[in-house]
Amino acid sequence: MAKDPKAGETAKINHTPPLMEGWMDTPVDIREGIYCYGAKEKNLEAVDMPNARDWNPAEEDWQLPDDWEKVIDDGFRLRLDRFRSFKLFMDICVRCGACADKCHFFIGSGDPKNMPVLRAELIRSVYRKKYTAGGKLFGKLAGARDLTLDVLKEWWYYLYQCTECRRCSLFCPYGIDTAEVTIIGRELTNLIGLNTDWISAPVANCNRTGNHLGIQPHAYKDMMDFFVDEIEDITGIRVEPSFNRKGAEILFITPSGDVFADPGTYTCMGYLMLFHYLQSQGLDITWSTYASEGGNFGYFTSHEMAKRLNAKMYAEAKRLGVKWILGGECGHMWRVLNQYMDTFNGPADFLEEPVSPITGTKFENAKGTKMVHLVEFTADLIKHNKLKLDPSRNDHLKVTFHDSCNPSRGMGFFEEPRYVINAVCNNFYEMPPQTIREQTFCCGSGAGLNAGENMELRMRGGLPRANAVRYVKEKYGVNMLSCICAIDRAVFPTLMDFWVRDVGVTGVHEMVANALVFEGENERTTDLRGEPLAGMEDDDNV
Amino acid sequence: MSIVVSSLAVVLIVLIPWVGVGAFNLQYLFGVVVPYAALATFIIGIVVRVIDWARSPVPFRIPTTAGQQWSLPWVKYSKIDNPKGTGGVIVRMLFEILTFRSLFRNTRLEYRLKGDGAPKIDYEWEKWLWLAALLFHYSFLVIFLRHFRFFVEPIPGFVHLLESLDGFMQMGVLPLNGLGLPGVYLTDMLLMLAVTYLFVRRIYVHQTRYISLPADYFPLFLILALGTTGILMRYFIRVDITAVKELAVGLFKFHPTIPGDIGVIFYIHLFVISVLIAYFPFSKLMHMAGIFLSPTRNLSNNSRMKRHINPWNYPVHYHTYQAYEDEFREAMVEAGLPVEKEPE
Ligand code: SF4
Ligand code: SF4
Repeated sequence: MAKDPKAGETAKINHTPPLMEGWMDTPVDIREGIYCYGAKEKNLEAVDMPNARDWNPAEEDWQLPDDWEKVIDDGFRLRLDRFRSFKLFMDICVRCGACADKCHFFIGSGDPKNMPVLRAELIRSVYRKKYTAGGKLFGKLAGARDLTLDVLKEWWYYLYQCTECRRCSLFCPYGIDTAEVTIIGRELTNLIGLNTDWISAPVANCNRTGNHLGIQPHAYKDMMDFFVDEIEDITGIRVEPSFNRKGAEILFITPSGDVFADPGTYTCMGYLMLFHYLQSQGLDITWSTYASEGGNFGYFTSHEMAKRLNAKMYAEAKRLGVKWILGGECGHMWRVLNQYMDTFNGPADFLEEPVSPITGTKFENAKGTKMVHLVEFTADLIKHNKLKLDPSRNDHLKVTFHDSCNPSRGMGFFEEPRYVINAVCNNFYEMPPQTIREQTFCCGSGAGLNAGENMELRMRGGLPRANAVRYVKEKYGVNMLSCICAIDRAVFPTLMDFWVRDVGVTGVHEMVANALVFEGENERTTDLRGEPLAGMEDDDNV
Repeated sequence: MSIVVSSLAVVLIVLIPWVGVGAFNLQYLFGVVVPYAALATFIIGIVVRVIDWARSPVPFRIPTTAGQQWSLPWVKYSKIDNPKGTGGVIVRMLFEILTFRSLFRNTRLEYRLKGDGAPKIDYEWEKWLWLAALLFHYSFLVIFLRHFRFFVEPIPGFVHLLESLDGFMQMGVLPLNGLGLPGVYLTDMLLMLAVTYLFVRRIYVHQTRYISLPADYFPLFLILALGTTGILMRYFIRVDITAVKELAVGLFKFHPTIPGDIGVIFYIHLFVISVLIAYFPFSKLMHMAGIFLSPTRNLSNNSRMKRHINPWNYPVHYHTYQAYEDEFREAMVEAGLPVEKEPE
């Protein structure tokens, strides 16, 4: 990145669009710090995507195929025929503006084209011109314009400035989901080889090695072995995870971010400890190196790519002969699971309806996909008193909880995480109501935007979330932001440093593991991060 | 620009019947042909549009989940905002359509910088848009229903009821009453107020002004013209009600007749409404029908429970475990991971 943004500067935002100049007359300005690098040739090629080449969005020539207009046109028509959502959302927006100030990117940037309605209008204007009589007849008067190269660039720029968080959809009187428009818009750009490399590289990796980071099986195992040693150092307990084990009852799939990036790694240690704890109560679970990714960057590419990557979960479950699948703390993984998986790759009739082997609870809400969320699994354990917990071990933390967009507005997962958090820690504080639950604000880096080169965009997009954290920090002294999404865990530390400072980031199962009391464990003086527990601060010096 | 264009268009629409009836006596054209044509356009247009939407399938379940999902028995779930079955969806849609529930959530961004340069972001209470939209739609509905007293003979009971409820303001608050004019209808006032508010808001709020197209001002101006002519007719430039009724009943019964002298203002009113309904299917006004089909609102959130079929589903190629093991077999064996096929 050329220039690191500074918080004070970044906060000067003007939310008033220009008075005289219309948005159609304002050409796109592709600004450094706002966009991600273009998709690399090798990554597009690896998954047979069209127009693979190395290109740079900042350059004039994007090396598009000669027939790009036709490709987009055909693709557009096809999608109008395939998605009622898309067709309807092209037609019924009344431009009431209720969604305008709901997008974190607009709030953080003031760029009027980041108003969800306008983001969608960028595409609608072309739709009107191409496919409606009024648009063809009256052109600009009807809000219609041609798809020129500049307009295409504008599409790309703003489509990849949407984290597909659906916050706008919540407030729209017709439920118009700009995320759905961007998802399909991104599909269109992918038809001519326009994506960002922060999306196409994870896609290529995930396809080949099973996870976004391209971690090969032995390295994956190495990392786990490292966690096993760490856990032993802190607790004196040696956990024994198994991998690719046929005949296990449950397959566990989590985002690979948890395995390879702090602070997600602590959450991963949390999973390992919880599973070990439950082993004696009958939990028979295995990890997979082949299906070692919960997240799905295919979803930021096209429905087809999402389906391809998602297919591995069932394929692996079938190969291993497990009964059902348990999924870790992840954001868009759960949106894909909840809304698409069974349709994409079902029916999962080789699996059984999930039943907790410890409590006997039937997860009826998951009887189609046969996939249970780890947090609901744990909530059920706690409800049935199956875990011995000492929440005071989290007393050094004052915790708030970030509802990740996808499990919130794409699933409705609110109570379970709060139930678990309240059981494992004593100091929990909610952020203001207009920033949590279904109204939650995005981390600003979802949907494949968590790259380094677009740092300014990320900090801007994360501003509303950070601002709410700052509020509880100032009011209650909150020092820990918890979440159930690996992307959140990866991007929040930077965001907090930028806007708030001195607020850590944790997954829920890290706190569960801190509180979990094992038989025969060493007396714990630190948490999983090696930070002293409350009351233990001085022990080191004794 | 948008405003100028759309207001000019509406002025033109008012002028056409004025000249047409006033100067050329084209009563039949504006009293019979145009309304029928408009109505036919309206009905056919809507049907075609809705069929067109409905032809595109809903491949995936994508409801916006605005509340707790149905999960464990002891977790309280949002039956309406995150329904798991059809019953909940119906209630959700009813709330959406009758009370504009999503719009009710609306907040307004308040962005300020504090002394130390740190931003202070608030989300203020903002119900005006919701209120205006609600008043506007309900007033329109009531006025529409009230008009049945012109179309149908005998006048249905509910119309009388509506009229008396609507007219409860006839207490002589307005001096007009003293002049022997009919009582003032509440909804007339509310409609005009709401439309004016919506218009002013569109210009006044920078963000909405920026996104507004001629297509947003045009229907507002049309409705304003419609309301104005209606009010003029009722309170100021009285027209012959019996004649109007004769025409309307005739239209309604498909026996159109043009009664004597009605007055140009009536034809203007009729033409404006004709334009409005003919324009309807080609415009954003179709949101009226569209809301029923919106997949983020009219679906239940049960796709983890129940399999839904994508009608255009096709098989895709994915990287198989075999291909994966072939590539990494040796490393896997070395790391102690099980393999299906031992390396040679
Ligand atoms: S809230 Fe809905 S109808 Fe209103 S401008 Fe946004 S997308 Fe359009
Ligand atoms: S989905 Fe989220 S990021 Fe995209 S336009 Fe809507 S609010 Fe903004």
